[in-house]
Amino acid sequence: MSKLIDAALGIHPKALSLGARRLEVLAANMANADTPGYKARDLDFRSALREATAARLEQTHARHLPGHAATTEELKYRVPNQPALDGNTVDAELEQTAFAEAAVRYQASLDFLASRIDGLRKALRGE
Amino acid sequence: MSLFRIFDIAGSALSAQSTRLNTVASNIANAEVASSSAEDVYRSRQPVFAALLRGERGNAQNQLPGVQVLGIVESQRPPRVEHLPGHPLADENGYVYFPAISTVEEMANMLSAARSYQNNVEVASTVKQLMLRTLQLGQR
Repeated sequence: MSKLIDAALGIHPKALSLGARRLEVLAANMANADTPGYKARDLDFRSALREATAARLEQTHARHLPGHAATTEELKYRVPNQPALDGNTVDAELEQTAFAEAAVRYQASLDFLASRIDGLRKALRGE
Repeated sequence: MSLFRIFDIAGSALSAQSTRLNTVASNIANAEVASSSAEDVYRSRQPVFAALLRGERGNAQNQLPGVQVLGIVESQRPPRVEHLPGHPLADENGYVYFPAISTVEEMANMLSAARSYQNNVEVASTVKQLMLRTLQLGQR
């Protein structure tokens, strides 16, 4: 049953949790926009999502339980456009637009999930 | 839910920026306060920000820091000295000491702090909306 629900929901739960993680990274960048020496970071969403969906433990026997390898998404440092004299590399405008984009993507994931759940519910009711 | 942590991050930034706004207000308010000796004169105050790491995720590189105010430093700039023999606070040579505060600098600092504050308020309110929508997922 849970496998069926997993299959029905597809990639979206993972995209949602990665999206939340990316929002967190961008929020930390914006919070530290005036902290001397702080280096802005970001999450490579595409590769992190690929890693999160592809990472499975290999099953060498049919009766092995499927396992999921723990993935540790690597944060990467931004290439600074114009670093400040105090060593800070946060570009507030860039972070703002990235945050807005990440928020919209998060909402998109939410909408996809909602429609999948709706579909599942309709299928269960037999409407 | 990891969205909860954004409130901590944005909240720490709000408190740091409001400390900065406070010091700016204090600096501007005291910019013209005269004194009769170089030691007693008001010195401009500036907060020192630093990233606030919490020891939760093992890898330090992947930690997402908030902001903390490490302390408030007083400027060591020498005070402005004016020769005003008629001033009630003049010393025996007729000199009066004023704080070395540039109001223009402080205003620029205030604008920067206010912008950063707004930024973080925006972050917190966006995240609040996203969280509420997430909680309503699948309700019909």
